[in-house]
Amino acid sequence: MRFSLALPASCYDRGLLAGESIPDVDVLVAGGGNAGLCAALSAAESGARVAIVECAPKDFRGGNSRHTRNLRRASEAYPEDEYFDDLCRVTGGETDQQLARVVIRESRSAPEWMLNHGVRFQPSLRGTLHLDRTNAFFLGGGKALLNAYYTAAERLGVRIYYEAEVQDIEIRHRRFEATRVIWRGEPLLVRARALVAAAGGFESNLEWLEEIWGESARNFLVRGTPFNRGKVLRVLLSNGAQPVSHAAQCHAVAIDARSPRYDGGIVTRLDCLPLGIVVNQCGERFYDEGEDLWPKRYAIWGRLVAEQPGQMAWSVFDSKTVGLFIPSVYPPLQAHSIRELALKLGVSGDALESTVAGFNGAVRPGVFNPNALDSCRTVGLQPDKTHWARALDTPPYFAYPLRPGITFTYLGVKVTDNAEIVMQGAPAVNLFAAGEMMAGNILGRGYLAGIGMTIGTVCGRIAGREAARCARA
Amino acid sequence: MPEPELAEPLTEGARILTICNACRYCEGYCAVFPAMERRSHFSPADLNYLANLCHNCAECYYACQYAPPHPFAVNVPKTLTEIRVASYRQYAWPGPAGAWLGTAAFFAGLVIWTIAERGRGAPSNAADFYAVIPHSIMAGISSVFSIMVLGLIAAGAARFWRESNERFSGLLNASVIPQAARDALSLRYLGGDGHGCTYPDEHRSTSRWLLHHATFYGFLLCFASTTIAAVYHYALGRRAPYPYFSLPVVLGTVGGIGLLIGPAGLWRLKQRQDSAMRVREQNQMDRPFIALLFLTSASGLALLALRETAAMRWLLALHLAIVLAFFVTLPYGKFVHAIYRAAALLRYALERSREEKST
Repeated sequence: MRFSLALPASCYDRGLLAGESIPDVDVLVAGGGNAGLCAALSAAESGARVAIVECAPKDFRGGNSRHTRNLRRASEAYPEDEYFDDLCRVTGGETDQQLARVVIRESRSAPEWMLNHGVRFQPSLRGTLHLDRTNAFFLGGGKALLNAYYTAAERLGVRIYYEAEVQDIEIRHRRFEATRVIWRGEPLLVRARALVAAAGGFESNLEWLEEIWGESARNFLVRGTPFNRGKVLRVLLSNGAQPVSHAAQCHAVAIDARSPRYDGGIVTRLDCLPLGIVVNQCGERFYDEGEDLWPKRYAIWGRLVAEQPGQMAWSVFDSKTVGLFIPSVYPPLQAHSIRELALKLGVSGDALESTVAGFNGAVRPGVFNPNALDSCRTVGLQPDKTHWARALDTPPYFAYPLRPGITFTYLGVKVTDNAEIVMQGAPAVNLFAAGEMMAGNILGRGYLAGIGMTIGTVCGRIAGREAARCARA
Repeated sequence: MPEPELAEPLTEGARILTICNACRYCEGYCAVFPAMERRSHFSPADLNYLANLCHNCAECYYACQYAPPHPFAVNVPKTLTEIRVASYRQYAWPGPAGAWLGTAAFFAGLVIWTIAERGRGAPSNAADFYAVIPHSIMAGISSVFSIMVLGLIAAGAARFWRESNERFSGLLNASVIPQAARDALSLRYLGGDGHGCTYPDEHRSTSRWLLHHATFYGFLLCFASTTIAAVYHYALGRRAPYPYFSLPVVLGTVGGIGLLIGPAGLWRLKQRQDSAMRVREQNQMDRPFIALLFLTSASGLALLALRETAAMRWLLALHLAIVLAFFVTLPYGKFVHAIYRAAALLRYALERSREEKST
């Protein structure tokens, strides 16, 4: 890993001479998403003078929190032990159990704290993910949550600097001293008594992704903000912060290939995959589309599509399936025959016809039920489709083009229960991390809907409180 | 199937609601989004309905991850406002004649009232309005215009309802009317949950909700005052002027104060409205209505205060002329939002009850 963005110190002082500066504060928060705002609020309420540097402009503030819509919290209906078991199951044990216990315990009181800071909740959405027992939904989604937190932060006197990007962090003997920030094009040196790093992962840094995934990363779409380039993460790692999880771990789903390169968000998702067949450029199926209920399987399809030639695939279904899933933002491709559809996809007509004929011939009679693991399956295919298998025989036929859509990366920095970053084998003195940058401590791999916001909220609050304490000392 | 030629806001409405329908983060805010989710395509009739369901609270704009400058450029409140204003014109009968009619009515009123007044001698009692303008003329002209205006408003409402493809019997559906009435009268979707709404800017405030209540209930009190005065006149044989602490005067005064504070405040808020949501045609429709509400009340209160002075004669003519202009413009101006919004809420309640029955 190389890092060569630091300018001579004198350049950073020019901003100060020009009269535009970010004043020295007690607690500096790098990153203006959920975790950063929770840290800033909690530090300010502990009596610290706080500033947030957010690299996005105001309209796009908040990192990927603006695309979220719920958090997973323990409650009477969802006991802490069940939550913990769910976490252990999805991570395969790749979790810091002690920290995970802290986060799960604190998640019980998170909704009340959020309400007190202006966040509102709503009954669960009517979508295909049935999560109301385990997850609390934000009224209006993550951007509304961020708006509430920014308003609360401004009321507490937190200073917020947009288009302010951290370039480098000066750390000596595990002690943070200052950051170099470029604010609206001006290099500045910002000093603080403590730093909370809450600047997200590197999922929108296509060059970094290419280092890991090779050329196929060029065909990835980024579902969220273009601003999560992992700069702060890289600086911390190059300063000796201990990494957690793996650079090659990322959460990716199959999204509509026509989506914009960045920030397409939720509307580009496709929930129709388990209802039809999925074929690649060769017109061939490559995985059991009906393996399990969609909420449990959608997160594997980004990787599956990434492994196909050209990182491209198509979800194909017939008119029986129309209306059984939430519509995507783009209309499906449509044709009156499989051959005509293949032409529109740029796939060999013979190959697609043969795949569909083989599939139709392998479908066994069953009772179709899209909301449960039903009895409709194929027999004798490689691979079989084990649920919701119905012959594609009712024109018109439809297809959605698919590409891997990367949601977030897992690589982070190791932290203690007090959110202190572990450097050279010991906790840093005044350096904390929260949110996606340290979520890998708890979610080393796998996925549990809404836990990212829980980690951001709980660890953000802990990091803010501890940073304020550290600034007082 | 060829698409029908759509007007520009309708095209934009169909585009952005397709995005909303794939997102659905806003479904907890108001009735628009659940109503949208019941549809997969957005015809002009659907869009008119959704636009009239929208209270323009702007919550969904500030919460939107796709709001400009995002390339998807979703701005639901503004687009629905544009569609709504156009729908008012579409439903109005015999067309968008409101402003001209109002001005004509104002001057006609002044002339009529002045001529009526000229024929009379000095009033025996300084506050005796009917000595200035005979009761029969006042009541006669008001009745003629009231019936005409009610008929025109009903014609617009009928057009709105016909476009919905709902049965006219739905308007009398006793099982859903209480819900629709509660939603309308409490301004549930304009921050009636106690949190307020994001108007005029991104910070939530209850001021619009309070000012609208002052305006609407002020209007109702004035209406009650006039009705009670008519009962006094015809049933009890008691002639105006009524004492300051009589029911009609107290109701009219309290309502009149509401109609000063409410419209003045709404005007002020409108000036501060976030430019992202501003629609010129909407303002052109709102401002005359707000002004006429305010002037009706101001001239009425001035008449009450000065009814025992020589100024009463021309204040009476002025007040009645403003009232006439206000009435005549009702079917063509912002007033109709009350009719279409209430009808849209009723249709929403009907749709929801059908959905509940079917599940």
